[in-house]
Amino acid sequence: MYAALWALLPGPTAVRVLIVVVLVALALVLLFAVVFPWASQFVPGQDVSVG
Amino acid sequence: MRGSALRWVGEILITLGVILALFVVYLLWWTGLETALAQRGLSAELGRTTSSTVAPSTGTQATATRVDPAPAVPAVGKPYVRIQIPVLGEDWSWVVVEGVDLPQLALGPGHYPGTAGPGELGNFAVAGHRAGHAAPFEDLDRLKPGDVVKFSFGDDHWSYRVDRSFLTEPTDVGVIDAVPEQPNAVPTKRLMTLTTCDPKYGVRFKRLIVVGTLIEEH
Repeated sequence: MYAALWALLPGPTAVRVLIVVVLVALALVLLFAVVFPWASQFVPGQDVSVG
Repeated sequence: MRGSALRWVGEILITLGVILALFVVYLLWWTGLETALAQRGLSAELGRTTSSTVAPSTGTQATATRVDPAPAVPAVGKPYVRIQIPVLGEDWSWVVVEGVDLPQLALGPGHYPGTAGPGELGNFAVAGHRAGHAAPFEDLDRLKPGDVVKFSFGDDHWSYRVDRSFLTEPTDVGVIDAVPEQPNAVPTKRLMTLTTCDPKYGVRFKRLIVVGTLIEEH
């Protein structure tokens, strides 16, 4: 999978590395800002109140 | 071709594993940063609230018998009082917000809406996270009978002495009744109830309950 994705990237190695860094950073932002906050509602043990 | 397909599957599984590991980092550590940041803002907001609140006139009442009125209940998610538990550390200090749903508990410990305020007759009930979101009530199991839990709003202070702590079911709403487990009784005592999750991590969660009685206000 990653080999195929790497082959898809344009430009010389340095440019590809730069693109990968940017893509990974975007993925992290998406995970921590959107996906994880949404997913955390399904984690048991979050509720600390009675009722 | 078969080797290539296996490689794809392997890489996808590794990716999912890394994402799950990051999710654990998020739950246990990142949420703590968010809560710490929220607490800084709440602390400043609480400071502004206390300084803008006109101190109630105590008139000629003897200070020994003076009963501080509880601060006005704020809107959900807004700062209410500060909680300090000296046996958990000199620095152990959190701003309690109004509300006990997850969005409010992500900010800090939360006051059960409808229960008494600090120092009031009845049951002043507060919930807090045991793990994640900076885990304000992580060490609540260390509280022993006789330990002191302090609340403050500006110059008003209320101290409760811990009477007992126990585990109960998450559905046991009676622990936050004005008279615990007696939903229709008229309160004659000034109680405090702290609730959190137990065990800290795991399954089959119960609630850890700490009950105290008001011993001092000034």
